[in-house]
Amino acid sequence: MTSEMISVQDLAVRFTANQTKKWPWSKPGVVKAVNGVSFAVNRGQTLGIVGESGCGKSTLVRAIAGLVKPSHGTVRVGGKVVDYSRRKEVIALRRQVQMIFQDPVASLNPRMTIRDIIAEPLVMFFPEMNGEARETRVHALLDRVGIPRRNANRYPHEFSGGQCQRIGIARALAAEPKVLLCDEPVSALDVSIQAQVVNLLQELQADMGLTLIFVAHDLGVVRHISDEILVMYLGGMMEQAPADALVARPTHPYTRALLSAVPVPDPSQRITPQVLDGDLPSPLNLPQGCLFQSRCPARLPECATTRPDLKRDGRHYRACLLEAS
Amino acid sequence: MRAKKIMSSPEFAQAAAEEMINSRSFWADARIRFFKNKMAVISVTLLFGLVLFASFGQFFAQWSYEEIDWSVLGRVKEAGGPSLENGHYFGVDELGRDLYARVVQGSRVSLLVGFLAAIIAVCIGATMGAIAGYYGGRTDQIIVGALNITLSIPYIIFFVVWQAFFGRSLMQMILVMVIINWTAGLLIVRGQVQTLKNKEFVDAARMLGMSDAKIIFKHILPNMLWVIVIYMSISIPEMIMYESLVSFLGVGIQEPNTSWGALISEGAKTMTFGTLWQLLYPAAFFVIAQVSLYYIGDGLRDALDPKERS
Amino acid sequence: MTLLSVQDLSIRFRTPDGYVHAVNNVSFDIEEGEKLAVVGESGSGKSQIALAILGLLANNAEASGRILYKGQNLLDLPRREMNKIRAKEISIIFQDPMSSLNPYMTVERQLNEILELHEGLRGRAARSRVLEVMEAVQIPDAKNRLKSYPHEFSGGMRQRIVIAMALLCRPKLILADEPTTALDVTVQAQIMHLLEDIQKEYGSSIMLITHDLGVVAGFCNETLVLYGGRVMERAGTAAIFAAPAHPYTRGLMRAVPNIHDPSATLQSIPGQPPNQTRPLVHCPFAGRCGDSLEACFDILPELSPAPHQRACIRAVEELT
Repeated sequence: MTSEMISVQDLAVRFTANQTKKWPWSKPGVVKAVNGVSFAVNRGQTLGIVGESGCGKSTLVRAIAGLVKPSHGTVRVGGKVVDYSRRKEVIALRRQVQMIFQDPVASLNPRMTIRDIIAEPLVMFFPEMNGEARETRVHALLDRVGIPRRNANRYPHEFSGGQCQRIGIARALAAEPKVLLCDEPVSALDVSIQAQVVNLLQELQADMGLTLIFVAHDLGVVRHISDEILVMYLGGMMEQAPADALVARPTHPYTRALLSAVPVPDPSQRITPQVLDGDLPSPLNLPQGCLFQSRCPARLPECATTRPDLKRDGRHYRACLLEAS
Repeated sequence: MRAKKIMSSPEFAQAAAEEMINSRSFWADARIRFFKNKMAVISVTLLFGLVLFASFGQFFAQWSYEEIDWSVLGRVKEAGGPSLENGHYFGVDELGRDLYARVVQGSRVSLLVGFLAAIIAVCIGATMGAIAGYYGGRTDQIIVGALNITLSIPYIIFFVVWQAFFGRSLMQMILVMVIINWTAGLLIVRGQVQTLKNKEFVDAARMLGMSDAKIIFKHILPNMLWVIVIYMSISIPEMIMYESLVSFLGVGIQEPNTSWGALISEGAKTMTFGTLWQLLYPAAFFVIAQVSLYYIGDGLRDALDPKERS
Repeated sequence: MTLLSVQDLSIRFRTPDGYVHAVNNVSFDIEEGEKLAVVGESGSGKSQIALAILGLLANNAEASGRILYKGQNLLDLPRREMNKIRAKEISIIFQDPMSSLNPYMTVERQLNEILELHEGLRGRAARSRVLEVMEAVQIPDAKNRLKSYPHEFSGGMRQRIVIAMALLCRPKLILADEPTTALDVTVQAQIMHLLEDIQKEYGSSIMLITHDLGVVAGFCNETLVLYGGRVMERAGTAAIFAAPAHPYTRGLMRAVPNIHDPSATLQSIPGQPPNQTRPLVHCPFAGRCGDSLEACFDILPELSPAPHQRACIRAVEELT
C-alpha cells in the first residue's frame, strides 16, 4: 500500500525585502528562501527535513500549508494539484493537511480555554456537528493526546510546554487530516518531554495512518522518526535518501559535515567535526553555481558556475557535481 | 507507591474525571486584581458619584443654569456666596446665575464630551491601527502618512477655524475633537497587531481556513483589548483636558451653555474681586474627575498589563 | 585542589503567588582544571546556580548556604568586592551572545573596557592582550575585524567574541551557560572544540551548564545531574554514561535519540516537570520515577559519598 500522499515539484518561495530599499521607489531585494525543492511522501510514511537555521525548511512547510505563497512549483495532495490562489481549494487542502508548530505555548491563543481551542477546527470543518457531539469529540481528542479531561476549562498558560504541544496536536487532529506538517515540534521542549511528544506522534501515525513531514534541526530526532530524510542548505535540496542510508552513507559533502558534527551521548566515542570554513552567502544574493560552494571542502572549479541538478540513484537523490563514492 | 496506588485506582480516576478544574479567565483575573487596588476602587466610586451628579443634579437645583437671579445682581460679592437659604448652594456667578446649576451643566458637558470623544476617537484609531498592522504594505503607508499629517495640525488653530465655520454646538465640538484625535491609540494598536499576527496561534487559525475578519475579531482583538481599554482610560481625561483648555481660551462651548473649562475661566477672571467660590467649585469637580480618571487608568494598567504580572 | 565549593545552596524567588523554590540544598565542588557539566532540564535550577556564583541573581531571589571561593563566601561579599571577582577570577558565557555584547560599541572597545577596568591595562599592552585572545578563539583576520560592531559577525563568530571576553582576564573559572544552544550543529561542534583547546591552554576550570547529553559526553570529565533544584547524581562522565545510577539519569539517557543507534526505542519519562511552589519534602523525581517506592514520597534522599554520588534510596541493582 505504498501510494503517494503528498508530493512537491520544484517548489520555490521568494520574499521581497523592503528594508533593503534605498529609496521608497527603488526595487526591493528578493530573498530566495526556498529554491526548487521536490519530493514525494507515501501514505503513512515520514519525511524528515533537516538543515541549519535559515535554510528555508520552515518556509518550505509553511508554503505547503499555504501560509506563505509559493512563487513557483506545484504541490499535489492525494494526486491532486493544489491551486493556492483559490480560497476554496486552500480550505479543502487544510482538511487534509494540518500543522503543529515550534513554540507550543505561542501556538495556543492565551484567551481561549483548551476546550475552545480544540473545538475550533470542529466548528470550522464540521459545522453540522451539534454541541454534544463536539464535546464528546473534544474529550476523545484530549484522551488521545493524554491530557486529563477535567482540564478542558483551563487556559494554555497553566500547562507546561509539553502539555501545550499535546494540545496543539489534538487541535491538528480535530480536522481529521491525512498529512501532519510538524515544524520543529520538539525543539522547544526538554529532553524527557521531547521523547514523549515524539512517541505520541509515532503512535498517532501508526493508529491513524498519518503521513508526517517532520522538520527539525536535531538530526538525532529526525533520524529516529523518519523513513526518509531530506537535507536542505540555503533553500536548496542537497540530498534525500532513506534514513539509514543517509546516516550510514552520506554522499553529499554538506550532509557529511552535518553528520560529523552531531554530538553523541557516549563519552567513549570521539567525534571529529568537519570544519566548514567560509561564509554563508546571503539569500538576497545567491551564488550562481552550487549553493554550498563557498563552504564546501571538496569544491571543484566548475562548482562556481554550474548549479548541480538532483541526480537519482535508486531512492537516493543528491545535488552535487562530485562523483558519489 | 502509596500515592501512585491511590492515583491509579479506578475510584480516583472517576473522581478526577468528574471534578472539572475551572480556571479564571484573563478578565476575571484582572477584575480581581483591579478591585484589590484601593485607590482605583475609591476613584471608581468618586467618578460614579460625579456621573450621578451630572445626570440628576439638576433635580435638586432651585434655579436653572441660564436664569439670572436679579435679587443678587450687582452685589454678588456680598449676597451671592454659597447659601442654603436662597437656593444657591454654590453661590452665583458674576451674572447672577446659579453656580450649582451651572456646575451640574458644566459637568454634563465636560464628561459627555470627554467620554464620547475619547471612545469614538480610540475606536477609530484602534480600527485604523488594526488595519494598518494586519495588512501592512501600501495600506500601512497610507494610514501612517495620514497619522503624521494629523499630528502636524496645530489643534487650537484648527479648532478655532472649524468653530468659526460650522458654529459652536456641542456636537460640533465632539466632532472636531474626534477629527483631531482620531489617531489616538493607532500606533500602539498597530504595533500590537504586528506582533500578534506573527504569533503561531494566528497561523494555527489560518490553518483552519478562517477569514481575515474572523481572525482579527476572534484571535487578535481579544489579545489586545487590554491595550485599547488602557488607552481609552487615559484618553478620557486627556479629552476633558482638551475641552477645558479650548473653553478656557474662550473658543469652546458657547454661552449660556458651559463646561468645567469655561466655568474655571470665568471664576479665574473674577478671582480678585473676592468671589473665590466661582473658581473653587468648578475647579474642585475638575480636579476630582481628572485625578480619579488617572487612578482608574493606573489601576487598569496594573490589572491588565501582562508585564505587571510576575 | 578545590577551586570553588558550593555548600548547601538554596535559592528561592518571591512571587505574588508565594515562593518558588528553584534550588534546594545543593552542594558540590569544582577542582582546579576540571570540566564539570551541570546537566538538567528547564526548572532544574542550573542557570540560577551560575548566577548565584557571580552574584547576578534577580532582585526577588533569596539565596542561602555558602559559595566558597579562595576562602571567601561569595554570597556575603559586598558588591564592590564581587565586581573584582567577576571577569577577573570567574567569568560567564551566556547562551545568547547578543545579550552580552553592546550593539553600539566596537568589539575592540568592549574588550578594552574590561581590561582597563580589571587590570588597568591600556594602549599597546591592552591591544596585544586583545589580539592574543582573539587569536585564541580563532577569529580569522582578528586585527582588522576588531573595529567591527557585533552585528557584523555571524552567530558563531559572536559567540567566539563572547568567549574571548570571558578569557580576557585569564579567569580561574569559566561558567558556560548553554553556550551552544542557540547555534547550529556544525558551529556548535567548533565552539566546543574551541572551549576544549582553551581549557587546555589556559588551565581554567569550566562549569558547563547544558541540557544536551551529547555535548556533555564529548567535553566534560565530571557530570552533575540536577532535577527540581536538587543534585540527583554526580560522578565522572565516563562512569555516569557507562552506568547511570539514578533513575532520572537513566531516564534521561533513554530519552535521547542516538543517531548511530536507531534501533533503540525512545523511552520517555512520563509526567510533567516538578511544581516548585512548595518546599521539597520528598524526592522531587518520585512522582515521575518508575522505580519509586512508598518511602520515596516521604524521604528527601541525601547524596551518597564520592566517587559516584547519587541521591536515591534504592540500590543501583534494583533499578530498571
